[in-house]
Amino acid sequence: MSSATGILGRKVGMTQVFDEKGLRIGVTVIEAGPCKVLQVKTPEKDGYAAVQLGFGDKREKNTSLPLIGHFEKAGSGPKRFVREIRLGAAPSDKPGDDVTVKVLEGVQKVDVSGVTKGKGFTGVVKRWNFRGLPASHGCSKRHRAPGGLGRHMSINKGVPKGKKMAGHLGTDNQTVLGLRLVKIDPENNVLLVKGAVPGANGSFVVVRTSLKEKVRLDKEAKRKAAK
Amino acid sequence: MAVKNLMDVVEKTQMKEGRGNFRVGDTVEVHLKIVEGEKERIQVFTGIVIGRKGLGANAAFTVRRLVGNEGVERVFPVHSPSIDKIEVKKSGKIRRAKLYFLRDRVGKATRLAEKRGLGDLVKKDETPEAAAVKPRQQQKAEEKAEPKEAKKEEKAPEAKK
Repeated sequence: MSSATGILGRKVGMTQVFDEKGLRIGVTVIEAGPCKVLQVKTPEKDGYAAVQLGFGDKREKNTSLPLIGHFEKAGSGPKRFVREIRLGAAPSDKPGDDVTVKVLEGVQKVDVSGVTKGKGFTGVVKRWNFRGLPASHGCSKRHRAPGGLGRHMSINKGVPKGKKMAGHLGTDNQTVLGLRLVKIDPENNVLLVKGAVPGANGSFVVVRTSLKEKVRLDKEAKRKAAK
Repeated sequence: MAVKNLMDVVEKTQMKEGRGNFRVGDTVEVHLKIVEGEKERIQVFTGIVIGRKGLGANAAFTVRRLVGNEGVERVFPVHSPSIDKIEVKKSGKIRRAKLYFLRDRVGKATRLAEKRGLGDLVKKDETPEAAAVKPRQQQKAEEKAEPKEAKKEEKAPEAKK
């Protein structure tokens, strides 16, 4: 069994499943793994413990020679999506090992990271949830404008630093914490996660065991041990 | 595996085969499993299907019935595990996909003209659902095939002239 606490995958889409009570749950379908362990990082050598995983095949033509060498070391073909999973202790995996969805067996909750959908240049209403200006009462052509930028009494100070304004939105790294892992399907390499996950369908995601859940479980274990 | 395929694989695990073989306008009996404590019993909700929506595992349908003089509508997921079975009692003759106009009607006006000929199409060894779907597809195929031939025949004499 791999010591990895996470896996790389691809968001397939959303649908719904029925739980044991017959209630509908909205779930995201994630095609996860099988991933190859490309490199193992240990505290002694690298200062921290992690496994580097690769997912999704890529053509050799589109891969640089140094990268091909890196993949070959692990006995793997070129991979499109390469990420590290940080671990608490030195991993037991070796480069070249396969990581499948089975690593998440028994896990209740997961964190899912991905790159959000790009929204382009957006105004303040969409980007920062500003309320805009009134729809009527003489307000003309400025319904979605930010309004004043502040500092109306102090001259020559300019716009405050960090003022929320219009600009580019989306294509950010985002992690959704504590999503329920509804189902693991090792046969099809599929994970079902309750709720939405960042990114468009087909985009890559990292699924890790939930950090908050781990803290909670550790605390519980400690309390039990104290008793 | 292709992205779309995997969706189907997941949805298929949620879907119940043979469900959803009814149409808008049908009068159906929905047998619901109701759990009370540890006991499970069946409750039947009878009414007219006034609409269907969604695809695949997400499909749902709305059933309307009159209780006293009050209209009651319930929306069920087609593939819900808490539905024991859905029985089609009558098939109404309808001309639209959503029968929302029934909401404005009371009493006798809520009745739909019954579809005729469906009973003749059903063979005994076939389920009514399969029979209902089959003839329609066949008909379509025949219809498609026929007009072309007909046109050719029509055109041919003209060309001769």
